[in-house]
Amino acid sequence: MVAKFDLSDDSVVVIIGTGAGGGVLANELAQKGVKVVALEAGGRYLPDDYINDEWESFGQLAWTEPRTTSGDWRVAKDFSGLPAWIVKAVGGTSIHWAGASLRFQDHEFKTKTHYGNVDGANLLDWPIDPAELAPYYDKAEAKLGVTRTGDRPGLPGNNNFKVLEKGAKALGYQEVNTGHMAINSIEYDDRMSCQQTGFCFQGCKWGAKWSSAYTDIPRGEATGNLEVRDHCHVARILHDDKGMASGVEYFDKDGNLQMQKAKIVCLAGNSIESPRVLLNSHSAMFPDGLANSSGQVGRNYMRHTTGSVYGVFDKPVKMWRGTTMAGIVRDEARHDPSRGFVGGYELETLSLGLPFMAAFLDPGGWGREFTSALDSYENMAGMWIVGEDMPQETNRITLNHGVTDAYGLPVANVNYTDHPNDRAMRDHAYARGAAIYDAVGATRTFPTPPYPSTHNLGTNRMSEKPRDGVVNKHGQAHDVPNLFISDGSQFTTGAAENPTLTIVALAIRQADFIAAEMSKGNI
Amino acid sequence: MATKVGSKGLTRRQLLARATAAGASFVVGSGFMAARNAAWATELSALQPTTFATLVQMARDIYPHDRIDDQYYVLAVKGYDTADAAPEIEAGIAALDAAARGKGFANYLETGWEKDRVAILRGMEESPFFQKIRGGLVTGLYNQKAVWPIFGYEGESYSKGGYINRGFDDIDWL
Repeated sequence: MVAKFDLSDDSVVVIIGTGAGGGVLANELAQKGVKVVALEAGGRYLPDDYINDEWESFGQLAWTEPRTTSGDWRVAKDFSGLPAWIVKAVGGTSIHWAGASLRFQDHEFKTKTHYGNVDGANLLDWPIDPAELAPYYDKAEAKLGVTRTGDRPGLPGNNNFKVLEKGAKALGYQEVNTGHMAINSIEYDDRMSCQQTGFCFQGCKWGAKWSSAYTDIPRGEATGNLEVRDHCHVARILHDDKGMASGVEYFDKDGNLQMQKAKIVCLAGNSIESPRVLLNSHSAMFPDGLANSSGQVGRNYMRHTTGSVYGVFDKPVKMWRGTTMAGIVRDEARHDPSRGFVGGYELETLSLGLPFMAAFLDPGGWGREFTSALDSYENMAGMWIVGEDMPQETNRITLNHGVTDAYGLPVANVNYTDHPNDRAMRDHAYARGAAIYDAVGATRTFPTPPYPSTHNLGTNRMSEKPRDGVVNKHGQAHDVPNLFISDGSQFTTGAAENPTLTIVALAIRQADFIAAEMSKGNI
Repeated sequence: MATKVGSKGLTRRQLLARATAAGASFVVGSGFMAARNAAWATELSALQPTTFATLVQMARDIYPHDRIDDQYYVLAVKGYDTADAAPEIEAGIAALDAAARGKGFANYLETGWEKDRVAILRGMEESPFFQKIRGGLVTGLYNQKAVWPIFGYEGESYSKGGYINRGFDDIDWL
């Protein structure tokens, strides 16, 4: 029985966004009997709807409303209007993610302590201890059915992985396997096992990969405590004269402005839209935007130090067959400043179909240097670099008042410039990635520049002290006690790991906290 | 009135006449007249035939794949043959021909060597016209399902049950 709540019902928790953060939080609260209205800007698409065609799927799922870019990152040149490749749909980017589910390493929660002062970096320790999050990582892994955790076996390795594995082991790397994946290796939690179909980025048509779209969302709705309103684009969060969040204004599917009253508001629109909503919620009481007394809203934008390495061989690989992110090398994820940078990086297999390879291999490239690479598409193997980038105050989301969206709201500008540490790490990873393929006989390798960001982090970060960040260790705004941040924007630092598992663990933990505080009458 | 261009019809004869007038490089350079197998024919509604032929050659020179037939390049740029798009394309190709003349060639199409045509293109690669054509080709050419098999790419596999029993791990040379 799907719930239906009145706009004037001020007892509900309003969650903005239904991805890995918002979707999980909505279900977890609903399971505890908390009444939830979830507002989602996109529409509803289920596995039957997903399209295994890269551009067509992009048109179906991607957030393509205007955004602008600045800074010296190459994405601003190659994809000036598309800083991020993230999803606008019920289930959010959990439809698109590759499924890599890695816990942070302990030291990555305390980078200020372990890395020390890094010039130009705004490093800070998370206000959470690793031990505090560990039981929630357990719960998140069980929820997502992560392979190689619990008693779940790993996935079988495809051709792309076998090339990576052989090269990595030839170089002496030890931690090489098919990864910790939220993709079923065996039937689990009413979802079937991976059929090695490829197109993980376009939504898993088998439902073998976890997404909130077809797990947490319908389960939350089945409790009768969750109402999901799709095609609802949030404009701003309102507050009362005591400075408490009181409701959310949004444009409904017909473009009409509505206002849902709220007891608590949780923002999970990703690290670009979440700060945009806070900044657009400025008022006489909060002239710099809601929850922004620290001035940190929108700052410290992180997107991981990324890049890809593709190798061409004299014989076919057919990397597109099977799981997109089919395996990992973890040896370089350690913190070892002797390499010339702090933090570390993961190397994970990746493949793109021919249409996206043409768009992303060397954006702007042309001529035979470019086309001879594509001529060898069948003989290519690919890997993606995921490394910890430095938080910088000037890498930030701001409102671009010169560009407005369909509702007349200023759009987000994403400013990003690589830190010298980021560049040193990327160059190191390019060289190691090429060496891996060279060790298996690559005839040519390509250090491919970063794609539009999929890991968007840090723009409403957690801090122990209110002056250093936007939210406390529970994701609760320092300035507004009944306002929570429930997505990757609460990350204090980015770590080397793909962020989704940590977003889910934090959402489960936040649901416990919110429910407890509500029952105590604290909020 | 639509002008028929391609492997048969009056316009082909007109083009042949022009090609003959212009010299053999028209045939060699464009491949346009070499649709011996009648693999493609297209109706032009707004662009001049020589403009379109030059545009097809430009497309091939930007993304040259020797195993890809002209018909796919034709399809990739056919969208510019509209009343709205034509003025910009005519102007762009005119500039391309002017650049060719500046390097001592009669026009772009009659510039016989690819390296010479590429040098002409390099000289204008920052221009909005070049970037528009190049950017459009990224999807216009590579998103044609018919070219995928030429690269070995197999497209979707869901309808066949994925690759779980069809070679996801069949690499045999490692």
